[in-house]
Amino acid sequence: MKISFTLNGTAQSVEVAENTPLLWVVRDVLDLKGTKFGCGKAACGACTLHVDGEAIRSCSYPIKMVEGKNITTIEGLSSGDSLHAVQQAWKEEIVPQCGYCQPGFMMATAAMLDKIPNPTDEDIDKNIQNICRCGTYYRMRKAIHRAAEIKAAEASDS
Amino acid sequence: MTENNKKKKGSSRRKFLVRTAIGTGVLLGTGYLTRHIWRRTIFTEVDKGESPYLGDAATPGIWFEVTPENEVILYSPKVEMGQGTHTGLAQIAADELEIDIEKITVRHAESVSTNVDPFATGGSTSIMGLFQPLRELSATMREMLKNKAAEKLGVAATSLAVANGVISGGGKSITFGEVVDGVTDWEVPDVPPLKAMKDYKYIGKPVARVDLHDKVVGAPIFGMDASLPGMLFGSVCRSEKIGAKYVGADTTAAENMPGVVKIVKEKDFVGVVAKSYQEAENAKNAIEVEWKVERNWTSQDIEEMIEVGKGKPVVIQKEGKAKRILNNEEGIISSEYKSPLGAHAQLEPNGALAHVEGEKATVYISTQVVKITQGEVADRLGIATENVNIKPTFLGGGFGRRLHTPNAIQAAVLSKAVGKPVKCFFNRKEEFQNDTFRPPTHHLMKAKLSDDGKIEAIEHNVSSGDVMFGSALIPVDLSGFLGADVGAWRGGMFQYKAIPNHRAVSWRVKLPFATSWWRSLGLLANTFAIESFMDELSISAKKDPVQFRLDHIQDDLAGNRLKNVIKACAEKAGWKDGAEGNRAMGFAASTDASTPVAQIAEVSVEGNQIKVHKVTCAMDPGISVNPDQVKAQIEGCIIMGISASMFEKMYVEDGSLAPTIYGPYQMAQMRHAPKEIDVVLLQGVDKPGAVGEPPIGPIGAAIANAVFRITGKRLREMPLEIS
Ligand code: FES
Ligand code: FES
Repeated sequence: MKISFTLNGTAQSVEVAENTPLLWVVRDVLDLKGTKFGCGKAACGACTLHVDGEAIRSCSYPIKMVEGKNITTIEGLSSGDSLHAVQQAWKEEIVPQCGYCQPGFMMATAAMLDKIPNPTDEDIDKNIQNICRCGTYYRMRKAIHRAAEIKAAEASDS
Repeated sequence: MTENNKKKKGSSRRKFLVRTAIGTGVLLGTGYLTRHIWRRTIFTEVDKGESPYLGDAATPGIWFEVTPENEVILYSPKVEMGQGTHTGLAQIAADELEIDIEKITVRHAESVSTNVDPFATGGSTSIMGLFQPLRELSATMREMLKNKAAEKLGVAATSLAVANGVISGGGKSITFGEVVDGVTDWEVPDVPPLKAMKDYKYIGKPVARVDLHDKVVGAPIFGMDASLPGMLFGSVCRSEKIGAKYVGADTTAAENMPGVVKIVKEKDFVGVVAKSYQEAENAKNAIEVEWKVERNWTSQDIEEMIEVGKGKPVVIQKEGKAKRILNNEEGIISSEYKSPLGAHAQLEPNGALAHVEGEKATVYISTQVVKITQGEVADRLGIATENVNIKPTFLGGGFGRRLHTPNAIQAAVLSKAVGKPVKCFFNRKEEFQNDTFRPPTHHLMKAKLSDDGKIEAIEHNVSSGDVMFGSALIPVDLSGFLGADVGAWRGGMFQYKAIPNHRAVSWRVKLPFATSWWRSLGLLANTFAIESFMDELSISAKKDPVQFRLDHIQDDLAGNRLKNVIKACAEKAGWKDGAEGNRAMGFAASTDASTPVAQIAEVSVEGNQIKVHKVTCAMDPGISVNPDQVKAQIEGCIIMGISASMFEKMYVEDGSLAPTIYGPYQMAQMRHAPKEIDVVLLQGVDKPGAVGEPPIGPIGAAIANAVFRITGKRLREMPLEIS
């Protein structure tokens, strides 16, 4: 079936089986590899991206549900040359190790900060439920608080 | 192309090779180091952590390429799986080459360039093995460039200086890129003196990871991300049952399913190639496979097999008369400990993209064993090894999971069958069921205290599934030769050598499924047993547990390094024995591959919930080439260790390994990670040592020891649960 949506600001149409997970359309049809496959069962968060601003696990999200919607992936998180506050903070804190889980965590964090601009540790524990095998949670927590600061500073600058 | 080999004199055994190629600048390579017989390699590798780079002397590999744009490409023989090796190597090269680190690009060496490590990336050996050779190689390269610059500029080499890739003197200057242009005759000088440690700009400094940018923008750097024009997707049928053998398959239902390109039946497997991943998976699920299953294994079978006394024993450490003293029942303290079967659970599933064209094959893959993967693919396809090019990608986690790469073979077979590139990878259930697990263990500890509260004799019996034996890394079956599996007993010997009588025995058990390397091999389980028992003994002896350990450490280099980390950790954490309310500290220490580590966990217990609030860690890895990445490895080990010792457990149910998904296979998440991790780095020797695994040792015992202080309950089984 034909599905149309916006991906990182660009209109897209794909012709795929309606139950194809969004993840595989993004990765293999549209060739954006930043969104990762970890489990395929909504259990790890590696495939997290935004659909109309909500963080969702794209491995378990059928393509038919994105008709007319706005999708943002890690490739579309930053605008132009400047990195998104979350990516900047991730760099400052040198968070990634293997890096495989990181796009999913950054997307989950970016969506959380849109709703909770200044999250407490409890907010972070509750909202960030992805899995990182390398154990980067300690730096991630610092980076999340830092991203909130960067975002606040950016908002007051503009 | 010109080749120029020059024999080195004196202490250096390195042979250098230089090749020039138009347009790509100079390639400096080397093949070096004498061959080690396997036994020595294995013992030093695993026990002491002395790990020379095992270069293949016959075929020197390419290390550097200088581009006309004056950038240096460093081809790394070691793969990057998160441990920061590429960053460390770039630091080392930048310092001796005299070029800014930003101008160095690190790439994975491909198997055709021959610079790949013939052994593996793993065992915490990458930086320590390459620190000396890469400094020498880089310094030699710098001198070669300088000498050639002297010729080109008409200025004496002695009056030239090198800074950030530019060679200048006598009022003239030339870049590395300009120097290499058109040169075909390189002279290799003797290895020049290396800089003093204090003069390094990058080595020893917390430089940001070289792959940081790619990893925050989601660049397609992993094996799973590899893609080629016209690529198809492969999927291979696998049994859920342990020990199942493929007999045959009825593929009728799958043949006409949407997207199916071809069903491929081999003597040992059946697979499908389709246009998309989903279509390949759907068709695979429609294939009816006949398996031969000899036994329906249960968890109970495994537990019974793993008991001390059931396997084959080998004494791995013996001093004094521990056995005789501990045979006498009187006054003997004894305890049993257990650790479960553990999965690697790395986030990127194993897979490969293969493209077979006639007699040649190219494979993109996340592998820790490039050479082994190459040989296996060549064997299966019946083509020459040098016709198989393995292109290693970044690994979405390694931890020992990528020492076996069957997907490379299967992707290659499928690609050959359809004449197109084929990508083939495990789904998560297959990943869990086909893991090469951390084996379960059973430990029997015995000791006797003397009247003054010191340990007179101690014994550790550990029974474990295999770790090294049966691994693709070991080319021949060494089990008869070595007796005990050196991986299984890693961490199982006593580091308290001042105990007059000590003895350790390793019992070897062959389990019906693959068990192998898992970050630190046996260290996590063995340290859990020994350090929990040391805590029990300190309580029996009515001694402070930190002092109790110090009292049993010998006065030699290893002993002093261990004492120093123990003291530094206790001081940094403000060590206090005993609980305050529902909160307490727990202490544990280990030595792995010559790197001593001490940890103090601050834990609370609420109901039966254990929470780790803070971990203080002191470690002495020798020179920390990149202290920030050493810290990152410590943090990662602590969190992975919390995960493994508090939550993770595989079991066997109705002949199958379970669970098969995250969640039921519970792992540490954000809420379980300590909010504070305080690290102290010491340097007790003037060379870099093991970093990536040693700090996972103490954490399980440190937590259990804290829980005992709060609840009075001694948790002797991982995952730690208060019943
Ligand atoms: S891949 Fe989607 S949650 Fe794991
Ligand atoms: S950085 Fe490796 S899984 Fe998170």
